[in-house]
Amino acid sequence: MKVDTFFKHTDLSRNEAEQIVSETLNKCDDGELYLENSKSETLVLDDNKIKTTSYNTSLGYGLRAVTGDVTAYSHSNEISKHSLKESSNNLFSTLKSKKGTYDRSTSRTNVKLYSDINPIEAKPLKAKIDILKKVDGYLRKKENIVKQVTASFFGQHEEIEILRCGGETFKDIRPLIRFDVSVMVEKNGRKEMGTSGTGGRMSYDDYLKDENWKKICDEALRQAQINLDSKPAPAGEMKVVLGPGLPGILLHEAIGHGLEGDFNRKKTSAFHNLMNQKVAREDITIVDDGTIANRRGSLTIDDEGTPTSRTVLIENGILKNYIQDRLNARLMNMKSTGNGRRESFRHMPMPRMTNTFMVNGRYSQEEMIKSVNKGIFAVSFGGGQVDITSGKFVFNCTEAYQIENGKITFPVKGATLIGNGPDILTKVSMVGNDMKLDPGIGTCGKNGQTVPVGVGQPSMLVDQIIVGGTKL
Amino acid sequence: MIKDKKFLEKIATNCIDKAKKLGATDCEVTVSNNISETVNFRNKNIDESKRSDGIGIEISTYIQKKKSNISSSNINEDNLDSLITRCIEMTKITPEDEYNSLPDKDLLATKHKDLELYDETSISNEKKIDYLKQAEESAFQDKRITNTEGSSFSQAKGNFVLANSLGFSMGYQSSIYSASCEIIAKSNGSMERDYEYTQKRFFSDLKPPDMLGNKAAERAIKKLNPKKIKSEKIPIIFEQRVAKSLLDPFASAISALSFARGTSFLKDKLNKNIFSKDINIIDDPLISKALGSQIFDSEGVKSSKVTLVKEGSLENLLLDTYYGKILKMKSNGRSGGTTNLYFENGTKSFTELLNTHTKALYINELIGRGANIITGDYSVGASGMLIENGEFSYPINEITIAGNLSEMFNNITLANDLEFSYATNSPTLMIEAMVVAGK
Repeated sequence: MKVDTFFKHTDLSRNEAEQIVSETLNKCDDGELYLENSKSETLVLDDNKIKTTSYNTSLGYGLRAVTGDVTAYSHSNEISKHSLKESSNNLFSTLKSKKGTYDRSTSRTNVKLYSDINPIEAKPLKAKIDILKKVDGYLRKKENIVKQVTASFFGQHEEIEILRCGGETFKDIRPLIRFDVSVMVEKNGRKEMGTSGTGGRMSYDDYLKDENWKKICDEALRQAQINLDSKPAPAGEMKVVLGPGLPGILLHEAIGHGLEGDFNRKKTSAFHNLMNQKVAREDITIVDDGTIANRRGSLTIDDEGTPTSRTVLIENGILKNYIQDRLNARLMNMKSTGNGRRESFRHMPMPRMTNTFMVNGRYSQEEMIKSVNKGIFAVSFGGGQVDITSGKFVFNCTEAYQIENGKITFPVKGATLIGNGPDILTKVSMVGNDMKLDPGIGTCGKNGQTVPVGVGQPSMLVDQIIVGGTKL
Repeated sequence: MIKDKKFLEKIATNCIDKAKKLGATDCEVTVSNNISETVNFRNKNIDESKRSDGIGIEISTYIQKKKSNISSSNINEDNLDSLITRCIEMTKITPEDEYNSLPDKDLLATKHKDLELYDETSISNEKKIDYLKQAEESAFQDKRITNTEGSSFSQAKGNFVLANSLGFSMGYQSSIYSASCEIIAKSNGSMERDYEYTQKRFFSDLKPPDMLGNKAAERAIKKLNPKKIKSEKIPIIFEQRVAKSLLDPFASAISALSFARGTSFLKDKLNKNIFSKDINIIDDPLISKALGSQIFDSEGVKSSKVTLVKEGSLENLLLDTYYGKILKMKSNGRSGGTTNLYFENGTKSFTELLNTHTKALYINELIGRGANIITGDYSVGASGMLIENGEFSYPINEITIAGNLSEMFNNITLANDLEFSYATNSPTLMIEAMVVAGK
């Protein structure tokens, strides 16, 4: 990385920035200057045409000071002496009556989890447009029931630097790409959708080699076709078999958010008084792992400079760790787990998940389905949401089937499933042996900030969950 | 201080000149500056203070029917030069699209109209903290209020200029003040959260802090010790706060985009009845001080009041230039979506609505996004109260409600209690029968 990325077009020198940071944070418990230079592109094909070719650059800083449990934050896209000093004054006016001790010990990592590649520049625009056009042609030619195709590329190259009090710096370069396809099919007047995608922290070509894009298309089309034959979903409490991979959204919503440090420090999570207690069956182990190479949810260092880690949240049914950033870890006498993340320089960091998944158990998916008299087999989900305090969570099926007498009988329409976070783990009766991570398309929203994440799980049988269908 | 019009306009003009010099046949630029200050407060103390100062620029360049766009937070002249150069290069490579163009010149706004969208008042952080302290103190008066998720006060001011190569260049300042109070109630092992919220263009129009705190506490307490109910088909009454959310899938389903792409469950319904005869839906951008007001849309097209649904019939779509052209219709200034969207008042009072059935469910919170615009299928998580003989009997949660929007729209009855608290608003709303999934 060029040393002067952030200081080349400004009257602010690196030394001056360090000085302002030190003066601002000297009497605080924590804080940093976070600098970001981000470039991204979005290319969309829709309705037979290239609809969007768009390029974005974003440059700016966020200055944060923390003392006790009070945080002051100021950000601007103008990296200049004047602007940074103004931010510093602003922070001072909030924290002037408080005094803290700055923690100068910080951990380092030498393990880089992805390359420095800029995916946007690594593949010419023309070549990317050509693939999108091929996707459209391929799908429309494959089945004449295909009435609408949307395909998109998103690529990002993010350069960040963290300056702490005393001049210590942390740097990271983060590539990220996504490729998505959605298909609408129409048959006998009925319309349905299917979607699929892939992505992570590598170049486009790493995902698209050997015409891999065809697999994504086939998957989206398969899902749309299945939904054409779907019947109304049942309504009520019943057994649900969840497929491997993307249904891990359930863990993310039902368990993951409730284990984030901020909600537990504030005692607003249903998990806040359950540390080292049994919260699930013995065969359940749930992990948040930010260290898996090239994954969408992975980071070499988090947005506070802490190396990410593999954190066992629930081990053999016992609650072992929370997901922590620096602030909440310090106030709870714990260690940051490297989960201090932010959407951009415009946002303060907070505890966020990376890649969250359940590890393998011993049952096969067939065994689970066989054991169900009446229930649902849910294969794919469109998204979810949770109310941390009450523990209620929902998620939307996009591909699901009815199970009757141990057999899959027919596909059912998309429905919302609702359950209670702390409860759901006690209702899991079988954990599968087919653990899979999602295809690299997860995005998590919290307090208005979105960050890329991963989810995963083996197949799982939940004994009781409410299925929000229309058939009584 | 937010940047003035002259400053923003100069950047916009320079960009248009530069783009044309590099070969653009047309160009559109938006430059905006937003400054916001937020204080978060919890358990009698300040929790966070945040100041945001951001400039954003968006440029679209056209070469005949080819189009590309760039955006940036960096208005440094060298950076803009290289971005415009890049944008032109991208435009050349992007395939032609016959519908690409700037709006028709005669549809562009010409006159500025003062809609009272900007309040000069600046609220100091001390004053924000005072407000939040009062709100929280009011909430904590009840012993069952044991914790807080936090209260927040935010002041946001912005200015922008939209300019294009047809000679259009307009912009205006706006402000938004908002306060929220999120409270946790606890009793007999049950823990529930709820909030109250106020958002206005003018500081003096905000709800007083004690009202905010009391209301948040009252709401959270009402939710305590909920019960589950059995799955059944039952009339559903939506509180205003959640009733308005039914207008969101309606708005996406009648956007020109959904019609042009053929991906709306209402696609063949223009000039046909989709609601009962009593229903009117309006989108009015010209309401003074309102949160969704605008003089022109994101392309510069003049916006005026549109009746979307009249006596149950779908009369108008939400049209922008591009998708309007595909549908052979003129833009009605809805690029960027709806403005102040609302159901007109019905004839029944709130109490009359509660008394329509001996048993109904009153829903005051929805969770999840369960509307499918293509099929109209609808399924979301919900919580609320059981109503028996017109009276609230006990709180209900962990249920879903499901149906199909086509059918739901046909079975709506509205109360006469419309308030303009958000950009999208609805009176209390009843749907004759929906399927509730419970235990």
